[in-house]
Amino acid sequence: MTSQAHHQSAVAATAPPAPHSSMPSIGSLVRRPEVGSLIGMVAVLVFFSIFGGANFMSAGGAASWLNVASELGIIALPIGLLMIAGHLDLSVGSMVPASSMTIAILSGHYGLPIIVGILAALGLGLAVGFINGVLVIRTKVPSFVVTLATLFALAGLTLGLSVILSGSTSVALKSGPTAKLLFGDYLGGKFEVTLFWWIAAILIVGFILNFSRFGNWILAMGGDAVSARNAGIPTDRVTIALFMSSGLCASFVGMSQAILYNSAQVAAGQSFIFNSIIAVVIGGVLLTGGYGSVVGIVLGTLTFAIVNQGIFYTGFDANWASLIIGVLLLAAVLMNNTFRTMALTYAPRAKSRTR
Amino acid sequence: MTSPLLRLTGINKSFGPIDVLHDISLEVNRGEVLCLLGDNGAGKSTLIKILSGVHKPTSGTMDMDSKSVAFDSPRDASDHGIATVHQFGGTFPLMSIGRSFFVGAEPTRRWGPLTIYDRKRANEIAVTEMRQLGITRIDDGDRLVGGLSGGERQALAIARAVHFGASVLILDEPTAALGVKEAAHVLRIVLQARRKGIAVIFITHNVVHALTVGDHFAVLIRGSKAADFRKGEKSREAITDLMAGGEQMAELEAEIESFSAADNGHAPQGASHA
Repeated sequence: MTSQAHHQSAVAATAPPAPHSSMPSIGSLVRRPEVGSLIGMVAVLVFFSIFGGANFMSAGGAASWLNVASELGIIALPIGLLMIAGHLDLSVGSMVPASSMTIAILSGHYGLPIIVGILAALGLGLAVGFINGVLVIRTKVPSFVVTLATLFALAGLTLGLSVILSGSTSVALKSGPTAKLLFGDYLGGKFEVTLFWWIAAILIVGFILNFSRFGNWILAMGGDAVSARNAGIPTDRVTIALFMSSGLCASFVGMSQAILYNSAQVAAGQSFIFNSIIAVVIGGVLLTGGYGSVVGIVLGTLTFAIVNQGIFYTGFDANWASLIIGVLLLAAVLMNNTFRTMALTYAPRAKSRTR
Repeated sequence: MTSPLLRLTGINKSFGPIDVLHDISLEVNRGEVLCLLGDNGAGKSTLIKILSGVHKPTSGTMDMDSKSVAFDSPRDASDHGIATVHQFGGTFPLMSIGRSFFVGAEPTRRWGPLTIYDRKRANEIAVTEMRQLGITRIDDGDRLVGGLSGGERQALAIARAVHFGASVLILDEPTAALGVKEAAHVLRIVLQARRKGIAVIFITHNVVHALTVGDHFAVLIRGSKAADFRKGEKSREAITDLMAGGEQMAELEAEIESFSAADNGHAPQGASHA
């Protein structure tokens, strides 16, 4: 603490009003909100490395949780942004199978070119997101309720239309080598290509949240929607854009799953609803909005995936995985609260002690 | 300087059958602090909301620089140079100081083909502007607003308004939730804003605070302007009585006096054991 204060005063002496940006002190590192999520992820990684044996740490073991993480992560990122802006999107749970069925019915059942199926699936995601966004801003009904309604409506629509159009709740899809390579292949026989799409999504969302004006608007909306609107932020447009991005990402995952598994089922993807929320919350995003980071969301996703898959490498009954996740979620939230409180305490530096 | 910066003439506001404001006329000059006094429910907040574009008056006119204005939205009012700072600063507790300062008006810079938020510049400007208002404790614009004290948050909001060129600064009960020292600091900042030629509308029900910074006072009672006077024209007691609606205050004080006398200035016996 004393050396830190010394360092601060030295900086202050050379350039009084300029905030120091280059070398973060240990104190400010601890105040980073991501520290809680990082500790959580390291803890579960160490835990399963010990109990999971050599297999867990092998390439195959890593692939098993990275594959889960990448699919979940692509959805968790826009869900995280929505949550930072003070909203929720439950409809992703129906969006994933709806998108899978769209591409499978169009390109599998009717034999249309795969690109048509891909575009239709992604277009459906954007459309559902748009509807969610418009409903939320027009009706002022909480997004939890609106997207709960679209979750069920879309699930019903998917089931009904699938049976009418294809006569089945499961449709096969054969896709060409290019589509397979881009969306549904395994690299080295283990790692899904989705992993690269996740990395791309991390970079894009990270850029949006940290380096664009739009990111600032998202944070402000979640902090105080009325003040944000008064400050001139087009809150309606931001809300719709965020719902469209979560619709797009969910449909992307559904679409790539259909290509990967060469088939689509009506009842797949419900697990994404809670898993994405869990990943985001473990990552330190405040459920009520206004706070969160992309690094945190990524760490939360990895943590969730490690627990979810790691259990299979241990000698424990896999049925215990949910218990671990439940406990972990609670522990993570409490830890994140602690670190957030630390971030809020503006440690009085240098001269404050004399005051 | 003959014409006031902002002039309200015969402002009435009713919500359905309820008249909230009745025939309010006010003048606000550059470099002057107008204290708007009044008890709870006197119509102060409604008047602020009209000034800041949240509500439109039912009748009456507003002029700025002798030109008639009507605000469609808070955004419209702030485009006209009217900035409103609410009791808790109206800022975002979980955002960084720099980001919060520039919300909706973020500085950007080019980064390759992309236009990005200029965090360094935002932080520098925010910290510098706050330092100019005497908040020297803050040296890192990345810190969260929630870590600031109530007075510092007020300072941040006022610094923001000043930076974005507000000509009328409306402060809604800025000292109500603050301790003595913090309140004194905010009052000093109010005077600094006045020195910059900003017209300050200071809403409060603390007569001492009002007398410290005010040049011009208006008292609202049940939606009407009960008094309008300059500094030094009325005593503190007279103002307090006015705000409370005249004689009731004296009666209340007499009542308290007799109560204290009966119990020798202490709480009634038994209360301390309860």
